[in-house]
Amino acid sequence: MTNLKKLWIAIGILVILSPVGIILPKLFNAEGAWGEWGLDKIGKVAGFVPEGMKRMRERWKAPLSDYGLPGQSEALGGQSLGYVVSAIIGVAFIAGMMYLLTKLLVRKKNK
Amino acid sequence: MMHIPDGYLGPATYGTMYAVTIPFWTIAARKLNKTLKTRQVPYLSLGAAFSFVIMMFNLPIVGGTTGHATGATLIAILLGPWAAMIAVSVALIIQALLFGDGGITALGANCFNMGVIGGLAGYGIYRLIAAGSDIKSARRWIAAAIAAYISLNLSALVTGIEIGIQPMLEKTTAGQPLYSPFPLSVAVPAMVVEHLVVFGFAEALVTALVVKYFQKSDPSMLGA
Repeated sequence: MTNLKKLWIAIGILVILSPVGIILPKLFNAEGAWGEWGLDKIGKVAGFVPEGMKRMRERWKAPLSDYGLPGQSEALGGQSLGYVVSAIIGVAFIAGMMYLLTKLLVRKKNK
Repeated sequence: MMHIPDGYLGPATYGTMYAVTIPFWTIAARKLNKTLKTRQVPYLSLGAAFSFVIMMFNLPIVGGTTGHATGATLIAILLGPWAAMIAVSVALIIQALLFGDGGITALGANCFNMGVIGGLAGYGIYRLIAAGSDIKSARRWIAAAIAAYISLNLSALVTGIEIGIQPMLEKTTAGQPLYSPFPLSVAVPAMVVEHLVVFGFAEALVTALVVKYFQKSDPSMLGA
């Protein structure tokens, strides 16, 4: 098996294990990244919600917001499934976009 | 950690960060066209996919916040800093568009913080420490670990500064901050300390492990 194939399999394993990234923070009561809070948390921490922030937040509605499927179960199982599916979709989009970019960017003759 | 959402940075900052980052993307595109070897091309997709997936592994600080590694230094070591910039940026663009992770307005800043700084600093520090060492030597993977640790912390520092200057830049007529309300004295320590203590080590570990894997399986990838 080529190195490249092995490494793609490693990516696949990481995709399957990715729910660790939501389960661990839950276990340790960690509340999401600093500075990536929603408006209500900002209001609580800062005492007010800045005007410009209100206007700009939520303007873009991401189709798979927070790596979850629309209408998925709130239980950890449902979230984990949504996370894995999001990871698969993300990897597929990224591989596709990168393929198109390199078609445009990289000349064939570099050895 | 560093995926700054929409609304945190005012137009003065996010506009500037797009203006700073676009030239790097342009130079990176030219450099790749000239220097990327045909056999390295498939690794670009792999690198971008790796950066995306590794960022999904949120690590907790007990009772506090979460953060993650980025893979930027690793990609820079294997494929060069310009490839790292492009690969990490592609991951960040997909994260923002599909998953709402990181803002659209903040993409210039986020790509600069993680892709440009991560790629250039990670590569530079690695080359500095590894210079002249044998490809299979321990110095190589140690250099990779140190480069990864420092470059992630630089990314965190710059992110903290960008967020922390907001209250000084744009205010309402009443003097209330329009965008992120946290001053430098809050934003910088919040970003830097957690990366110094936890997430920097995650980046170092991942980077060193994969470099060690390449030392064994395909050292020619480390020859550049």
